[in-house]
Amino acid sequence: MIRLIARPAPSRFWLWATPVLAVLATMVAGAVLFAALGTDPLEALKVIFWDPLLGANAGYFRGQLLIKAGPLMLIAAGLAVGFRAGIWNIGAEGQYIVGAICGAAVGLAVYPAESVLIFPAMVVAGALGGWAWGMIPALLKNRFGASEILVSLMLVYVAQNLLAWAAFGPLKNPAGFGFPGSRNLQQYPSAHNGELIAGSGLHWGGVAALAALVGTYVLMSRHIAGFRIQVAGDAPKAARFAGVAPARLVAFCLGLSGALAGLAGMFEVAGPSGQITDAFGAGYGFTAIIVAFLGRLNPIGILLAGLLMALTYIGGDMAQLMLRLPAAAIQVFQGMLLFFLLGFDLLTNYQVRFGGRVGA
Amino acid sequence: MSANEPPLLLRVEGLSKAYPGVLANDAVSLSVAPGQVHALLGENGAGKSTLVKMIYGLVRPDTGQMALHGASYAPADPHAARAAGVAMVFQHFSLFEALSVAENVALGMEDPPPLRQLAARIRAVSDAYGLPLDPGRIVGDLSAGERQRVEIIRCLLQDPKLLIMDEPTSVLTPQEVEILFATLRQLAAEGTAILYISHKLEEIRRLCDRATILRGGRVVGECDPREKSAHELAELMVGAELKLTDRAGRHAGEVVLVVAGLNLAPSSAFGPSLKDLGFTLRRGEVLGIGGVAGNGQEELLAALSGERPTSRGSVTLKGEDISALGPNPRRARGLLAAPEERLGHAAAPDMSLTENAILTGTMRRPLTHRGFIDRRAARAFAREIIAAFDVRTPGPHVAARALSGGNLQKFVIGREVLQAPEVLVVNQPTWGVDAAAAAAIRQALLDLAAGGAGVIVISQDLDELMEISDQFSALNEGRLSQPRSTTGLTLQEIGLSLGGAHGMKVAEAVT
Amino acid sequence: MTLGGIDLVALAAMLMVASTPILLAAIGELIAEKAGVLNLGVEGMMIMGAIGAFAGAVITGSPAAGFAFGALAGAGMALIFGFLTQVLLSNQVATGLALTLFGLGLSALFGKGFEGVRPPATEKLDFGALADLPVLGPVLFRHDWVVYFSLAMVVAVWLFLHFSRSGLILRAVGENHEAAHALGYRVVAVRMAALAFGGALAGMGGAYLSLVRVPQWTEGMTAGAGWIALAIVVFASWRVERVLLGAYLFGGVTVLQLRLQAAGYAIPVQLLSMAPYVITIIVLVIISARHRHGAQAAPAALGKTFHASR
Repeated sequence: MIRLIARPAPSRFWLWATPVLAVLATMVAGAVLFAALGTDPLEALKVIFWDPLLGANAGYFRGQLLIKAGPLMLIAAGLAVGFRAGIWNIGAEGQYIVGAICGAAVGLAVYPAESVLIFPAMVVAGALGGWAWGMIPALLKNRFGASEILVSLMLVYVAQNLLAWAAFGPLKNPAGFGFPGSRNLQQYPSAHNGELIAGSGLHWGGVAALAALVGTYVLMSRHIAGFRIQVAGDAPKAARFAGVAPARLVAFCLGLSGALAGLAGMFEVAGPSGQITDAFGAGYGFTAIIVAFLGRLNPIGILLAGLLMALTYIGGDMAQLMLRLPAAAIQVFQGMLLFFLLGFDLLTNYQVRFGGRVGA
Repeated sequence: MSANEPPLLLRVEGLSKAYPGVLANDAVSLSVAPGQVHALLGENGAGKSTLVKMIYGLVRPDTGQMALHGASYAPADPHAARAAGVAMVFQHFSLFEALSVAENVALGMEDPPPLRQLAARIRAVSDAYGLPLDPGRIVGDLSAGERQRVEIIRCLLQDPKLLIMDEPTSVLTPQEVEILFATLRQLAAEGTAILYISHKLEEIRRLCDRATILRGGRVVGECDPREKSAHELAELMVGAELKLTDRAGRHAGEVVLVVAGLNLAPSSAFGPSLKDLGFTLRRGEVLGIGGVAGNGQEELLAALSGERPTSRGSVTLKGEDISALGPNPRRARGLLAAPEERLGHAAAPDMSLTENAILTGTMRRPLTHRGFIDRRAARAFAREIIAAFDVRTPGPHVAARALSGGNLQKFVIGREVLQAPEVLVVNQPTWGVDAAAAAAIRQALLDLAAGGAGVIVISQDLDELMEISDQFSALNEGRLSQPRSTTGLTLQEIGLSLGGAHGMKVAEAVT
Repeated sequence: MTLGGIDLVALAAMLMVASTPILLAAIGELIAEKAGVLNLGVEGMMIMGAIGAFAGAVITGSPAAGFAFGALAGAGMALIFGFLTQVLLSNQVATGLALTLFGLGLSALFGKGFEGVRPPATEKLDFGALADLPVLGPVLFRHDWVVYFSLAMVVAVWLFLHFSRSGLILRAVGENHEAAHALGYRVVAVRMAALAFGGALAGMGGAYLSLVRVPQWTEGMTAGAGWIALAIVVFASWRVERVLLGAYLFGGVTVLQLRLQAAGYAIPVQLLSMAPYVITIIVLVIISARHRHGAQAAPAALGKTFHASR
């Protein structure tokens, strides 16, 4: 017989121990999964988690780490604020895509002019695009009470179609011999979001991610506005009593997370990706949800979780190359991680007692 | 059982139940004879609910045994208890608002007949006991008194031998209490034993012929309540001398709050709307607003606290129209509030007391600088509340949900009182609070008024309102009666202003 | 009968086929939500049903066995969700998302060997002369058994919810789990059963996609159908007869935009493909606005965690 006893207060120890435990459990479960797929489990774990950091070609991969972690952290920073408030923006992928389209469109519109103002204008356009896409579910929730979960998610599919339309239509490269996809912004100096330190993988997106994490940290742990956001998630009625206007909160959280996701998309399209194609959306918006939870909705946690998830991407690519492990295995791995995290989270709020019969 | 004892229906012997950190029941024994109305008397946390939950099969005892009709009785779940002839009416009703009366009744029966037949039986039983009830109505649309009838009829249809009633009168008007008592007496005369839980002493003296008194999980006395005074019973229950509140030293000053033509749409599907409310509040005055739960109390508090803005000109504080302002601007102007629901509304359950002090304290206390929280100042404020209101807690770092109801309520009231409000609105300030804490809270409200603040106390406890308020007004179906001075007001008059017995007019018309 | 180059009879017949996956999934989710559980993992359960059924049908050679595998895969996913939310008391929204992400990955992993394979065909039922009726014949009487099964499910669930004692208990648990517990009903057991049923139907919905509607296995082939099913439950105000209406409405939009694509209108394909999602949002908004002003239609305990503390 197992009994759950509610703790008088959430355990601080388990709050931070559960993600670690979840990662370990996922590694064990992952090893079983890899073995079932006929891959040597220890070899697979080594290729995924060890080699990119400390293996032979680690120098190259460490740069990749920041490239992948940047957008994840930037999106997760915004999502975490909303999740804290109990506002479920699960359409970050759509906001990411629309931010990229808007940012790229501004750059492509003035091509081939050169000016130092072009890149900042693209940044603003990307943030505005993501913000606007996030404000659609916010407005529909506030005006009509429509679920932001379903609306933001539906808008991902709309954005994906929008992306395909842009890649085949208005943003198509006129000099591309009829192939879909826009001009490559990497070859357009004024619009290119290049590496700031060669080989580091750090571009403006990484800088923005760090700034976003610092900003949300200050907001959530020092400022009264962040305090009220947190109350809104813990006890909505108490938040209203404390003077939180629910509609403004919804608009703020969805707008913020949308703008940050849009920024991430813009930095990606102007940098590592380079062009608008119909395959541009790589699922960062969904993986960032896992990053946000794994990081306990806390900026420092998100920094670590973002790096870890980036590692699984890179390691997953390597395992695909070297061990012929299917790409989907990493997706399963990430999904399991979230399951374990949510399951172990029980330990934060409840004591588990084994044995000890309930009745006499 | 020896031959010269009367036959027993239920015998409970040495029942114990421990929860982490609490011994909820410690070797409790009692016996109930058929046809007896047996009171279970005790403060909050005395162990009454745990005891009856064990009898009803919801909780299993750690040690001890029970016997029903002389045979060993150990119900595994409520189904077994009902099959054995034990029925229970819960304090917080076990009803389903979106379902019909007949469906609700069917859910509480072991082997219900088809709904149409059941409806006929509900009508028959409700006629026999004078409890009119339409089986087709949706429970969410019923008044509290009518809802209780659903619970009672659900029990009666199973022909129970033992009927457990947990605080049944806390939601009833005085007239409805009379009807309930008549029903219970009729049942007892037919041989049904009734286990009656309450902390209302006068009621127990009028209704019950036996009382077992619990304190701290133990039986501390057994008596015939009709032979004891209410004061004697109270001291048995509390285990200490009771202090009376001191209401001297107040006089009504200038008008500080005016409410006129206040209307508010319902906040939930089955909630009431407020209709054209109006009153004035003076400094130094305590206005008591009585009424049965669900008649607009929450809505009234929300309209006054600013959680739900109202139409222009409906709320005026010190001559300024504040109807459109939210809670924080109202706090800045001196209007503070403490809602009924402690955990989740007045306080955030998972947050520490320091954070809960920040929750409403930033407008009148310097707890922030340019929006940045001054943790040290907040902690000091929380400590100040804890000290001034004798909140029993290890410290301000403890989460709100870890406090007992009484302690958290003292913290919530203390948080508002220490901000020196000019008007304080409280809803159910002593609900579920032990007698000592309740007395302290009432005294704090009276002291606040004596210091020149206007105080509005919304409460379902009429004795409490009679004790502390200068003016009394009744809230019934979202309407407020004209405030009257409490001097010379009788309980009967109050009962009528609360709407009498809800839903009984139909029956009178039929007969 | 044609209108603007589109054959209306063929359109109506296709509508019934196109609606069936969403209808099955939405009925299943309705039952789970009526029991008070919000399972946002419909998409994940559907896609697992799609690959489970596909693999089952290809390996056994029997489409019916495939559907059984699909139902089992969906129910298995739902039980993972149930274990996490009902036993380990995790947040239902986050867990539902996790279920979707996990299902999308796992199905892709399992599906590696099945890309480009053709599944055994699911036979159409033979209604004899009825199938030859003008208009009605092709629209109503030339489908496979799953289409009729989904319609029968609507009736069965309606009867179950309104007239059976189990249905009453299910609704009671979804309205007020504290009260249901106090009356001695096993809240967690009821919810687990409801989830498993919902998962099985979602799995069958997915199976219909991979075995009949497409019929082929491709990664991520549900393409949001599970989310649309969730939206339809809201659209239907938690009433099964309206779920039918909603599913057929969305099926109609999907088929219409496909037909418009095929008819060669000068509208970009991508913009037409948006239509089902945009319309879902619009309808969701209209219904939500009506809920806000009218009676609350959602089960009162929907999405709330239940823990019998004392």
